[in-house]
Amino acid sequence: MNLDSRCPSGPIEQKWDKAKFEMKLVNPANKRKYSVIVVGSGLAGGAAAATLGELGYNVSCFCFQDSPRRAHSIAAQGGINAAKNYQNDGDSVFRLFYDTVKGGDFRAREANVYRLAEVSVHIIDQCVAQGVPFAREYGGVLANRSFGGAQVSRTFYARGQTGQQLLLGCYQALERQVGAGRVAMYYRHEMLDLVVIDGRARGIITRDLVSGKIAAYVADAVVLATGGYGNVFFLSTNAKGSNATAIWRAYKKGAGFGNPCFTQIHPTCIPVSGDYQSKLTLMSESLRNDGRIWVPKEKGDKRTPSQIPEAERDYYLERRYPSFGNLSPRDIASRAAKMVCDDGLGVGPTGLGVYLEFAEAIGRLGRTTIEERYGNLFEMYERITGEDPYSSPMRIFPAVHYTMGGLWVDYNLQSTIPGLFVLGEANFSDHGANRLGASALMQGLADGYFVIPYTLGHYLAGVKPGNLTPDDPEVLAAQRAVEDKTRQLLAIKGKRSVDSIHRELGKVLWEYCGMARNRAGLEHAIAKIPEIREEFWKNVNVTGENAEMNQALEKAGRVADFLELGELLCRDALIREESCGGHFREEYQTEEGEAVRNDDKFCHAAVWEYKGENQAPERHIEPLEFEYVHLAQRSYK
Amino acid sequence: MKLVLNIWRQKNQNSRGGMVRYELDGVNEHMSFLEMLDVLNEQLTEKGEDPVTFEHDCREGICGCCGFMINGVAHGPHRGTTVCQLHMRHFRDGEELWLEPWRAAAFPVLKDLLVDRAAFDRIIAAGGFISVNTGSAQDANTIAVQKHCAELAMDAAACIGCGACVAACPNASASLFVGAKISHLALLPQGQPERSRRALNMVAQMQQEVFGSCTNIGECEAVCPKGVKLENIARMNREYIKAAWAYREEAAAGGGG
Repeated sequence: MNLDSRCPSGPIEQKWDKAKFEMKLVNPANKRKYSVIVVGSGLAGGAAAATLGELGYNVSCFCFQDSPRRAHSIAAQGGINAAKNYQNDGDSVFRLFYDTVKGGDFRAREANVYRLAEVSVHIIDQCVAQGVPFAREYGGVLANRSFGGAQVSRTFYARGQTGQQLLLGCYQALERQVGAGRVAMYYRHEMLDLVVIDGRARGIITRDLVSGKIAAYVADAVVLATGGYGNVFFLSTNAKGSNATAIWRAYKKGAGFGNPCFTQIHPTCIPVSGDYQSKLTLMSESLRNDGRIWVPKEKGDKRTPSQIPEAERDYYLERRYPSFGNLSPRDIASRAAKMVCDDGLGVGPTGLGVYLEFAEAIGRLGRTTIEERYGNLFEMYERITGEDPYSSPMRIFPAVHYTMGGLWVDYNLQSTIPGLFVLGEANFSDHGANRLGASALMQGLADGYFVIPYTLGHYLAGVKPGNLTPDDPEVLAAQRAVEDKTRQLLAIKGKRSVDSIHRELGKVLWEYCGMARNRAGLEHAIAKIPEIREEFWKNVNVTGENAEMNQALEKAGRVADFLELGELLCRDALIREESCGGHFREEYQTEEGEAVRNDDKFCHAAVWEYKGENQAPERHIEPLEFEYVHLAQRSYK
Repeated sequence: MKLVLNIWRQKNQNSRGGMVRYELDGVNEHMSFLEMLDVLNEQLTEKGEDPVTFEHDCREGICGCCGFMINGVAHGPHRGTTVCQLHMRHFRDGEELWLEPWRAAAFPVLKDLLVDRAAFDRIIAAGGFISVNTGSAQDANTIAVQKHCAELAMDAAACIGCGACVAACPNASASLFVGAKISHLALLPQGQPERSRRALNMVAQMQQEVFGSCTNIGECEAVCPKGVKLENIARMNREYIKAAWAYREEAAAGGGG
């Protein structure tokens, strides 16, 4: 497997400019001859499809929802980072780069991260020009706030709906191209396989979710921007439809899968309330700017929170990390919550929760200010729990939120399959082992608006357009394979629902490959998951038929892939014998419970290669070098 | 608690639908409405019956996928809430509920409680944007925006495109949806160059999609899960009339008024 990162040489601040200049260009008159498939319509995919359409390429964009505006980027709440330094508080491109590399616990590629920080400033310009209604100061300029893991205020936001507003900006740009006839939009189409011909990505096989029709679409290049795989855990903050099928099928067609075990557990989510729970809801990390996290000092303290005096509360993040306090990075805040709950100090009916209290902030700033900043989040909390967070603290607990791992890509965002580009959360590139708050929106838009238009052009300039039709024998063979698999799923007609098997898989992963992992647990999970997979293929009941709208069939296909991906997650976690970022191995920690990295053995990205059905996948490595941010133990104390 | 659910079942766009009665026991007050339907669907699957199809994705009230009528009210009885965020604590033990899809000629039913809302996308494609290609923007702080205008624009931009406004309107008008987007962009300095054409083109597309006209009933505002206000429709009308004077021929071609 060729893992050449293709990073340009030279000083880090000149790499991207140099790369852009050295890239080949496609003549404006020739652009329409090249066809590009974009799968996914969130921030990364929507931005890519819109921008490639503006440039004049012949673009087709696919989403499984009824509209590109539904993509799960819409649910991002808190904000988007950019190194504008509008607050004059010491921010710079280098500082955003530095914070992101350090926040990622030194497991991301420096050159990619620097580029991300560099283009972050253009993202804000672009979004404002599109009419994204960011928060403003009275003088009319943009407002900022600080966010977990940073000591400067570089986060731009639109109330608690930043993802929604950025996505709508992107969606509107995309619809403009649809209206102009430059992008063909395929709604309610799910990608079920990748077509690879002569070693190049040349198309996709999709199922029309209304009619059930399985069809092939061919192009000169394929861009995947299909998001992360957090739903492998069943319960996560992802949307119910979020899935790994597109990237998993690409992996099985030869794309390397980078760092699958790097999953992010977000510290501030509403705790699980019962067995019927279908998803978990995030409470934006921005709440940690004004909220204080605590648990009672005494085990089994059953008093209501207001009855517990200051002296009997443990503000454990402020105590353990005095300089970052409640704004500690996500992995650290999540693990700290798990530790206090493991010690029996957790609150709420299940004991799996900690308080997030605003009384001090309401006293200092007044209720109106708090309402302005977080009103919609407080309302959401009240709707879900029936409790009023203005008068009593929220109860929160960590939940699976984001996956840093994904398909391996080089500096040009190209996977190990030529012509297959991967953007946003679907790739593994910029966040290392832990993502900082407000960086996912930044990465999605950076990839879609500012990176792929250059790197894809470079690739296309080197290939001849066209010369493949959907009735090519190899394309038809790929289509038949998808039809066969669909028939197979429908033919099982066993006893168990898809969801019940998915929940079972999720429990195993959360228990053994969640916030803390160890050898024995991972080995157990690696033995257990194939059993669940076998149960699925013997005993699942996928009701209905193919030639109709069939949500059970849609879910079944996704879960079949999660059942394979879950095992890879555990294998990757087992081999990585160190603790870094979101990957915490209990065997590797300091006496105080802090993560211990092993840079001698694991300062690399692990990239998995598919070797065939029932064969162990092969692990390759891409060594990582840190020239500008020197390897050091992360400290937020 | 125990519920009686009468649910609209319809196999596809071309077949006839009808109400089917289900009894569901063991409903927990902390469940969301959709989790309650998940439980029903698990039971139907176990019996080998076709589960109820309904649209949903984020289940956080922001993607705009979900929505159906509960006892004749879009998104159910709790104001400012999508069905995914509606919790069972708002219902009583033994209550009987009627669930129907959005009803509007412009939103054909595809299956059970799920409808086709592609008309909304076509209205946005007709003009619900600011034409600025990637890369051509100036520094963000060179455009100052009055805080008050930015707030009003955000209020309008909060629309999630769920379609409840259309479903609740006796005329099946999409005026609140269209008015919200026209307002959002007209309130900002960036939206000025295309202000007139946007209003004309979006209104013309809305009429082509066979949505009804607005007669100021206000049901749309009452059911909007994001609190989008009726004043956005007034603003749309003002924008349209002003634009119609500036571009009279196009307005006539689009059907006007």
